[in-house]
Amino acid sequence: MPAVSFEHIVKRYGAVTVLDDLNLAIEDGDFLVLLGPSGCGKTTLLNLLAGLLEVSDGRITIGDRDVTELDPKDRGLAMVFQSYALYPTKTVRGNLKFGLAASKLPSEEVERRIAWVAKMLQIEPLLDRKPAQLSGGQRQRVAIGRAIIKKVDVFLFDEPLSNLDAKLRTEMRLEIKKLHDELKSTVVYVTHDQIEAMTMATKIAVMDGGVIQQFGTPDEVYEHPANLFVAGFIGAPAMNMRSATLAVKAGKVEAVFKSGARLDVSDYPFQAPARDGLPVVIGMRPEHFTIGEPASGGTAQFTLPVLSAERTGSDATLYLTFEDEMLALRVAPDLAAGLRVGSTVPVQFQAGKANLFDAQTGRRI
Amino acid sequence: MSQVSVSERAAAAGEVPVTRAPYFVRKKKGITPRSIAVLVFLTICALFFCVPLYVVVVTSFKTMDQIREGAIFTLPHIWTLEAWDHAWNHACSGIKCDGLKVGFWNSVSILFPSLILSISLAMVTGFALALWNVRWAGGFLFLLFICAFVPFQIIMYPLIVMTTTTKIYGTLWAVAVIHAVLAMPVLTLIFRNYYKDIPTEIMSAAMMDSGSFWRIFFEIIVPMSGNILIVVLILQITSIWNDYLIGVTFGGLTGQPMTVNLANLITISTGTTNYAHNMAAALLTAIPPLVVYFLVGKLFVQGVTAGAIKG
Ligand SMILES: Nc1ncnc2c1ncn2[C@@H]1O[C@H](COP(=O)(O)OP(=O)(O)OP(=O)(O)O)[C@@H](O)[C@H]1O
Ligand SMILES: [Mg+2]
Repeated sequence: MPAVSFEHIVKRYGAVTVLDDLNLAIEDGDFLVLLGPSGCGKTTLLNLLAGLLEVSDGRITIGDRDVTELDPKDRGLAMVFQSYALYPTKTVRGNLKFGLAASKLPSEEVERRIAWVAKMLQIEPLLDRKPAQLSGGQRQRVAIGRAIIKKVDVFLFDEPLSNLDAKLRTEMRLEIKKLHDELKSTVVYVTHDQIEAMTMATKIAVMDGGVIQQFGTPDEVYEHPANLFVAGFIGAPAMNMRSATLAVKAGKVEAVFKSGARLDVSDYPFQAPARDGLPVVIGMRPEHFTIGEPASGGTAQFTLPVLSAERTGSDATLYLTFEDEMLALRVAPDLAAGLRVGSTVPVQFQAGKANLFDAQTGRRI
Repeated sequence: MSQVSVSERAAAAGEVPVTRAPYFVRKKKGITPRSIAVLVFLTICALFFCVPLYVVVVTSFKTMDQIREGAIFTLPHIWTLEAWDHAWNHACSGIKCDGLKVGFWNSVSILFPSLILSISLAMVTGFALALWNVRWAGGFLFLLFICAFVPFQIIMYPLIVMTTTTKIYGTLWAVAVIHAVLAMPVLTLIFRNYYKDIPTEIMSAAMMDSGSFWRIFFEIIVPMSGNILIVVLILQITSIWNDYLIGVTFGGLTGQPMTVNLANLITISTGTTNYAHNMAAALLTAIPPLVVYFLVGKLFVQGVTAGAIKG
């Protein structure tokens, strides 16, 4: 039984159509991350689910209830807002308590839940403070507390960590993940941050222009991007893309680059038989390159000039020139340190890990 | 500049400098001709208000005998509260000689119902217009905006007819209700604009948490209205207290506020004018709004939404 499903959702603002015939269904207990560039409609989708916006067309169900026409408070959801949205005149306790305003619980139960949430999020000493007297991370925890105190089945998060510093963000990321594991609830989580998406999600929906480009597990999305947009959007440094033409000869499939360089892609799991002369785009992840002479056969070899190297402590990105454009490679930092700009290096690519897209449709082939 | 060199010298001499010199010394502004001009201008302005006030205050403490001497700037020879007592308790307005206290209590009983009525209505309406999904909200706002500019004199007659048919004409209630009604458009606009600035996410959160109009209003919105309430209170108290026209039009004989009382008492006195009485009466009428200014003005607090949003 899907926990949440969107069916043929259309959302228009006046003449502007933000979402057009969007379909999405997630299972009970899923941690869905909505990922996509700014303005692609993530917040809109979340607000539609929460009932803060009305759909122009379509149907939203939670469990087996059709909630399309319900008021926000009746949908059985809890939401953590991007800006926390704490009630400034209420204490932390008051904020938590107001989270239960619609639920008409007896007051002992309310107190029990406040104690439970405060303990879990370690905000017990802060209960009698006003939001203005809290740090960003503490406010964040209160905002999460105000949501989980409702003990609902579906939680919504709208970029909850986007304004925190890197360290706090990592901590909160782990905490939210832990909460999800403990509460076994369904989560819909909006973010810009790929690391958040990859580490927390059980399912990722990559959106662009109001359309879901791909829906799948983090690994699927990363390793088998469905189209050029997803391929380019997921991963940092981004996937290297080059145009090429397929050459099929005697059961062997080769991609011929513009410069004439060839890459044997016979190992690639083609979804349809490869067609000779088909223009394609080859996507190569930076980490699927190795530097040095080939140890065995089966790897393509290029010799490429070094453009620059960036070291970020734990690993390094090497930029080479390939087909007149920059090619990013992930390498060991000490290796990058030894290379001179302008010199050439031998490069191996694991052809089996290539991603091939139809140059015309942009779809994976 | 001098501070830097002093501490430098101190350091050079091996003394421990008491305070570190500021890294960026700001130039101290001296007295320029321009600031002198401004000061003179401000002094004249202050005198313009203070001299008559001084005369009013000292005169109210003088005996009639001293006033007849004509030296208006001298201090009272004998300080007496006789004029204040007379103005409050015995001054005659028309045929009744119960003093200003009648008008004072009338004004008080006009003020409170009218404040409660106008502010509570305006708050709820402003909240609904700003944060709730109200049909025709735009048109309604425009209408309010227009109403705020309709002069009272134009609708005076219809209002008299309306109060007469509802049988409140000539009572304190008429004055109170008319005050409330006339203040509604402006107050609603003020509250609506204030509430418009409340972050939408707070409202969204409240909609998900409670969803009840009144609960959100009383628990979230009203506590956040402190600042604007004070502004509106000062505005309303002074305008209601100082009003004359509405009071004289709708108050009849029994519902006269203090200002009307004062006017009667000063203009309809027979025999020689007792300046001390008049001055005391005028001061008595002016004091309440002043007290309100001093008391309420202190309550101004900063940052209503502090802490609600990331920061
Ligand atoms: N009230 C509105 N009227 C018209 N267009 C709107 C309105 N609200 C949002 N939009 C448009 O809808 C699109 C999606 O907005 P949305 O807020 O969902 O983006 P988002 O994916 O959450 O972006 P971000 O990551 O920057 O938060 C945007 O192009 C935006 O311009
Ligand atoms: Mg957004």
